[in-house]
Amino acid sequence: MKLLEQAGCRVEFPLDQTCCGQPAYNGGFRKEARAQTRQTLDVLDATDGPIVVPSGSCAAMLIHHSPELVGDDADYGAKATRVAERTRELTSFLVEDLGFTPADVAGGHTATYHASCHGLRGLGIKQQPKRLLDDVGVTRVELTGEDECCGFGGLFSIKSPEVSVAMMETKIAQIEASGADTVVGVDVSCLMHIGGGLKRRGSPIRTRHIAEILAGDDQ
Amino acid sequence: MTTFRERIQDAFAEGVPIAIDRGARGHYEHRAEAAAVFPQMEPMRDRARQIRAEVLANLDVHLRQFADSVERNGGVVFFAADAAEACDYIVGLARREGITRAVKVKSMVTEEIHLNAALEDAGVETVETDLGEFIVQLAGETPSHIIAPVLHKNRQQIGELFAERLGVDYTDDPGELNEIARDYLRERFLTAGMGISGANFGVADDGSIALVTNEGNGRLCTTAPRIHVAVMGMERLVRDRRDLAVMLEVLARSATGQGLSSYTNIVSGPRRIGEPDGPDQFHVVIVDNGRSATLGSRVAEILYCIRCGACLNACPVYRHVGGHAYGSVYPGPIGKVLTPSLYGLEQWHELPATSSLCGACQEVCPVRIDIPKLLVELRNESTHELSAGLRRGLAIYAGVTTHPRVFRLLTRTAALVAGVWSRDGWMRRIPVLRNWTRDRELPAPAPETFHDWWRKRGA
Repeated sequence: MKLLEQAGCRVEFPLDQTCCGQPAYNGGFRKEARAQTRQTLDVLDATDGPIVVPSGSCAAMLIHHSPELVGDDADYGAKATRVAERTRELTSFLVEDLGFTPADVAGGHTATYHASCHGLRGLGIKQQPKRLLDDVGVTRVELTGEDECCGFGGLFSIKSPEVSVAMMETKIAQIEASGADTVVGVDVSCLMHIGGGLKRRGSPIRTRHIAEILAGDDQ
Repeated sequence: MTTFRERIQDAFAEGVPIAIDRGARGHYEHRAEAAAVFPQMEPMRDRARQIRAEVLANLDVHLRQFADSVERNGGVVFFAADAAEACDYIVGLARREGITRAVKVKSMVTEEIHLNAALEDAGVETVETDLGEFIVQLAGETPSHIIAPVLHKNRQQIGELFAERLGVDYTDDPGELNEIARDYLRERFLTAGMGISGANFGVADDGSIALVTNEGNGRLCTTAPRIHVAVMGMERLVRDRRDLAVMLEVLARSATGQGLSSYTNIVSGPRRIGEPDGPDQFHVVIVDNGRSATLGSRVAEILYCIRCGACLNACPVYRHVGGHAYGSVYPGPIGKVLTPSLYGLEQWHELPATSSLCGACQEVCPVRIDIPKLLVELRNESTHELSAGLRRGLAIYAGVTTHPRVFRLLTRTAALVAGVWSRDGWMRRIPVLRNWTRDRELPAPAPETFHDWWRKRGA
């Protein structure tokens, strides 16, 4: 919110929004996902302007999957198309739509960027966050295997905990090898997973959503 | 049979061979390098996809044309509805012709129909001649990768296996191991009465088949024995050699990062009068075995697959668990769709469920199969009892999230409860989420929900 206002936006937040339905959609629970998608579309279609989503995964749901999910209903199909056209992932909105350059506010941390799968492969989010991190003045180091899945995958992390954790451990080893003290991402779900693993292992490495860094809340 | 999850747990307990991750990553990197220096890669992938789509849309027409062409060239075509029919035909042929030894080119479809076991049961010694497949056969194992069957073994293990099974002195020098296999196989090539291959592609308009290998064993198997049997999945057709050329461009690059595999053979029938070599008989066994049903299903796109193995190499799940844990001939992302589709979702429902849907497979697929979407389709069709609990949970979640007031009330309550349950903003143990908290902590939600914060701010 603070970041968007710094970038000169007037921000609205419709209180009736809940969940876009992506967990149910990915789980193969189409009926449940459809109900959630309709709820989300009703709320968002009643607003104006760009719909900015601080998660590549939720944005990909609204842009790619919602129209497909409710496409057989003329009314909701039209809503889904309108909403999809207005939806932007946060960093691509800042870089591509606003041409925003954040203030040089980052203090002393060494950060590395983890590319979340759905943002990366569904929306082409790759360079935008790195550019913003460079602009904000953090010391940024590259992450080997930056585009490899951290193993979260929503319900996958609960249904297949062994593989999920093994993938997470590979990711954590790569993060440790990078020398960073902070992992930055554009999706809180991956950060929750990586962060939960780091915490359990007693690691001092922190996880931060890119908005926290850009808004200057991470001193 | 054990469940996929149990097999994964076993694999982790035994220690998944490091060779798998290293090998898969190696292939993955070679593919990326090959794609980077070939400017036509992306348009070629688009073209390859179109070619596959067209063939599958008119498969009956192309199959008829292919069969007619093979027969015109002097070959024999047999359509096998399932694995048993395919094996029966080949075993029957071997019996009729008095064959006691057969040599084989590596082929996934022959793995699928368990041809080796059928031939061995009939008293036909069946020898795999691809080096990796030969090693797997010696060890009494199954391939762990579509194109690199022995990815799970290191050279020390192979040295020990050769010493034990072939009675040679131990060596782990790859060159020497290769020589040993070569000597052993050479004699088999020259004495086998039947050569069995798969078919990377069948060319509909001229009835030829294309075989891609890196060891030249395909040439020996299809020319030295007096009978050549090619076994082909019914979807593996291209219209003509022009389309074949496109497929070959993307196949080798996607599989191993090569511009073209070391040996690409086009076999167009038995030896003709005046030709110095080649088999007397050429048989093509076209295998359905569930493919017709797949073609009419919501996951028909999986039949575009050309078995390059790129999706296995890219897949983080495959890299961590290896091919054997999948429990099926076809491992990796492609296997997660193909196996349930060919053998029944009820028995194989775990395969499509065990994916983070990261999309790395689709990114490298030479024919751009949308594997994540197909996995979601199968999850949607799956009604297995194991998913019933999850369905109930999600139904409740969907109920809550479609009633915004209830959602706000419950998130507020959850934040309060979590506040009591957590320490320093983290929750260590949550009984209903023990699959999560066994190895990971869960960040506690903020004491105040965003909705409440926003409402106060506005006031």
